[in-house]
Amino acid sequence: MANAGSAPSARLIAVRKSYGAVNALDGVDLDVRPGELLALLGPNGAGKSTAISLLLGLAEPDAGEVQLFGESPHALDARRRVGVMLQSAGMPDTLKIRELLAATRAYYPHPLAADACAKTAGIGDLVERRYGKLSEGQKRRVQFALAIAGRPRLLFLDEPTVGLDIEARQALWSTVRALVADGCSVLLTTHYLEEAEALADRVAVLARGRIVAEGSVRQIRARVAQRRIRCVSALAPETIGAWPGVRSICRDGERIEIVTDAAESVVRLLLREDAALTELEVQRAGLAEAFMEITQNEIAQEAA
Amino acid sequence: MNASARFTLPRVSLPRIYALESKHEFLRLLRAPQFAVPTLLFPAMFYCLFAVLFVKGASGFHANIYLLATYGVFGIMAPGLFGFGVSVAFDRERGWLTLKRAQPMPPGAYLASKLAMAMLFAATIFAILALLATTIGGVTLPLAAWLRLFLVEIFGVLPFCAIGLCVATLVSGQAAPAVINVIYLPMSFLSGLWMPLSVLPPLMREIAPLWPAYHLGQLALSAVGQPSEGSTLIHILALAATTAIFLAVARRRFARA
Repeated sequence: MANAGSAPSARLIAVRKSYGAVNALDGVDLDVRPGELLALLGPNGAGKSTAISLLLGLAEPDAGEVQLFGESPHALDARRRVGVMLQSAGMPDTLKIRELLAATRAYYPHPLAADACAKTAGIGDLVERRYGKLSEGQKRRVQFALAIAGRPRLLFLDEPTVGLDIEARQALWSTVRALVADGCSVLLTTHYLEEAEALADRVAVLARGRIVAEGSVRQIRARVAQRRIRCVSALAPETIGAWPGVRSICRDGERIEIVTDAAESVVRLLLREDAALTELEVQRAGLAEAFMEITQNEIAQEAA
Repeated sequence: MNASARFTLPRVSLPRIYALESKHEFLRLLRAPQFAVPTLLFPAMFYCLFAVLFVKGASGFHANIYLLATYGVFGIMAPGLFGFGVSVAFDRERGWLTLKRAQPMPPGAYLASKLAMAMLFAATIFAILALLATTIGGVTLPLAAWLRLFLVEIFGVLPFCAIGLCVATLVSGQAAPAVINVIYLPMSFLSGLWMPLSVLPPLMREIAPLWPAYHLGQLALSAVGQPSEGSTLIHILALAATTAIFLAVARRRFARA
């Protein structure tokens, strides 16, 4: 295969796409590298769905180039290496899961055995049931089973765990991790930032049709200097609020939570001012805070 | 990907994909009672009521043969109109069509499987009516006439598939059954499928050639040697034109969506 090695599994090159007056994608470059899980994050309307539609050949870019394994996303040969789980895919209610699996497996040259597929997706006991009789969470798992049925080298997961309970979500995460460990590339979009934090090798943040941040989860988090300090203390919030570097403070009974850019100096002051302070905790801001800050900065710049 | 999997599993087989998709389309609708029951039962029920019970022995007019042809046409319109109209509207609305387009399904398999489904239903309706006609209907026809009627009904689903497809691009899955009934039932009546055109008011007789079902009805009547109007060629051209026009409209609507 010509595109084995380190060539990207999927690629957007200087892609523009607008719908009427709306610039859904405004010059986007994006690579999904082999064997990596890339989480594509962004507020609603940022262009995530458009990016996925283009990569799946469901829409055409106005400018730029879209590649799947170095080929056009319309090439059957490239698409046979891709598995898809879309956000909404209501299947015919009267078909049995076994039939849905058989139809999808037939599209691929080296499909996973139907049993293995159902078992991996956690629907081994549902194959004789009709799709319409399943719960929302079970339907989601069927959609995941169809996504992995063709032993994909690249998997598109669009909000895969919406509607799943915690246990099913954890199970899906561990399956995805196993696939990635096996060399499968994954493009994930999700509203749950802890999902991206748990799974992603790399994160790309899309806002207003442009990639505004890209890097490992750690790099993205490091873009935000904020840290969160929690403790039990009798100090008055007004006192702490006046210290340099304190962004916000909130008090719940005797517990205090401080968000700050200068955790070390604030901790030093806390310990000096309140010798009776207990349960001190310092946490780096999570992906959620980083994401909020990056996208809000972007929107503020746009407005300026 | 391990080497043994590569060599022991079959390559993608197009005939297998088409066969599976068609089977699933057929099963999907067969298992939906709101579709399967009226589609398979109504033509048979009407035939028993009007051709066997009521008009037995009317002179000069073979109701049992005439209605075999026209109720056959009435019957096969349903899988075309409803099978395409409702299922495609549903597939569009619920995202199934998008998923199918995103999966590596060979282009053409989607519509081809629905067409096969409609033809399979048409063949089933033909078989049910033929069975009723030859047993309780007392119909005897030469083999060639049966064959001609079969071909008219099997290929006669095409224009109605095109109309159904077109409706599916215009309305939601919820609205599709109602819209299609408004097309289906009046057109069947006005085309002389329920009762001969000769007993309808003159105005209705004159505008009958506007309806595709009229042309298919005349082809079916001539297939079984019953009196029919117009030329075979004109009927076939009218049906082909209907198919082409509605397909073109549906194509444009899909391209825009």
